[in-house]
Amino acid sequence: MEQVGISISLGEVAASLVLVAVAVAVSLWRRTELEGDIAVAVVRSMVQLIAIGYVIQAIFDADSLVLVFALIAVMVVFGAFQARARARRVPDAFWPLLVALALAGTTTLGLVVALGIFDPEPRFLVPVGGMVVGNAMTAAAVALNRLGDEVSDRAAEIEATLALGATSGEAVAPSVRRSLRSGTITLVDSTKTTGLIFFPGTMVGMLLAGADPVDAVRLQLILLWTLLGSVAISSLLATTLASRNFFTPAHQLRDPPEP
Amino acid sequence: MLFELEDVSFTRAGRQVLRGIEARLPRGATCVAGPSGSGKSTLLRLLNRLADPDSGQVLFEGVDVRDRDVLELRREVALVPQLPALLEGTVAGNIRFAARHAGTDPDIERLLDLAGLDGSYAGRDALRLSVGERQRAMLARALALEPRVLLLDEPTSALDPGARAAVEGTLRDLRSRVDVSTVLVTHDLVQARRMSEWVVRIDAGRVVEEGPVAELIGA
Repeated sequence: MEQVGISISLGEVAASLVLVAVAVAVSLWRRTELEGDIAVAVVRSMVQLIAIGYVIQAIFDADSLVLVFALIAVMVVFGAFQARARARRVPDAFWPLLVALALAGTTTLGLVVALGIFDPEPRFLVPVGGMVVGNAMTAAAVALNRLGDEVSDRAAEIEATLALGATSGEAVAPSVRRSLRSGTITLVDSTKTTGLIFFPGTMVGMLLAGADPVDAVRLQLILLWTLLGSVAISSLLATTLASRNFFTPAHQLRDPPEP
Repeated sequence: MLFELEDVSFTRAGRQVLRGIEARLPRGATCVAGPSGSGKSTLLRLLNRLADPDSGQVLFEGVDVRDRDVLELRREVALVPQLPALLEGTVAGNIRFAARHAGTDPDIERLLDLAGLDGSYAGRDALRLSVGERQRAMLARALALEPRVLLLDEPTSALDPGARAAVEGTLRDLRSRVDVSTVLVTHDLVQARRMSEWVVRIDAGRVVEEGPVAELIGA
């Protein structure tokens, strides 16, 4: 892949704060009370991105795959914590999320390397790994959020199915199916409309950095299709593993409907 | 004895729902009667292990229910819940779903007939039935398991008097056509007298009395 380069000055970064000021002004004018959140978001994005920038630079300099895996492992753990906050109605959601993100990340990266799409080098694996884990986290969080609501709202139906001698897996299968769909549909829909309604981030970044549009499109397609796989894996694992936590080993709902 | 409960206690969300229950439920038609919140529906759920007691034991034909295969127990002791909870799809689809679990080959027309529905209901959307029709579809679905015991949780509580009398007639008729014992939960002592031979009365999580209906409730 051709090397492209672009230099961004701090002045240019600072200039973009004018658009943040617009967002703050809208919040103040229409009293949406989001100005505090906007300030936190700006500061956090700055601190987090600068910090990760230095980490990535250090990994690139060391050219070490061990450090790549260490970085992705940290992302997986933080991702599982973050997603757990969205899955409050799922008992013990952390472990299913951790396994789902870890396996989605390693399987997806392993496949793109094995298929020869990317070389096993930090400059490819770090950005792709970050995108894979990030999207897997969002999908798993949405899926488990839905699963918690499903099992709570449909407790009577699930228990009626258990009462027919169905296993807990059979009783919760329709809820798992709907949750899995929720976890993956957002990316499927955005993949459908990509290029028509919005330009995805990688393509925009490459075009801004001066890359050939055809190369930008090809890389974007690779990433979109890779993400579809990782999102499917993480949603599937998270919902399948977490769905067991609603039941005892004797196929009883831990939190049954009120009699 | 069909079921024996020995010193059974059950707590839910910090509230003790059943307190040292001692009860015997013979074969035939039994009612568990008591006011709302007395713990009778909870007691019913212990009989096919939708829940387990905190202490004490539940025996089915002399064997602790926890020593049986739970899935087989639920097929032998089928529960029809109070709230109609059918699956998406047709009535026949719901019946086949149950039959698949029991490994039975369902005669849909006969099962519908036993539950008081004609054959035209087979293709009807299960979620578009009236409450009374759903209750009957749930009964047909439970019968597809070919159970030895039917647990019925307030099967007529959501019905008007006409529909209630019809469902009661269906249940009495059922027992003359199929070899099945029934345990019916009700808050209505008059219904208990109409529908059973043996009654266990509970209040505030304790057994008040148990015995033949004729002796306890009278004519």
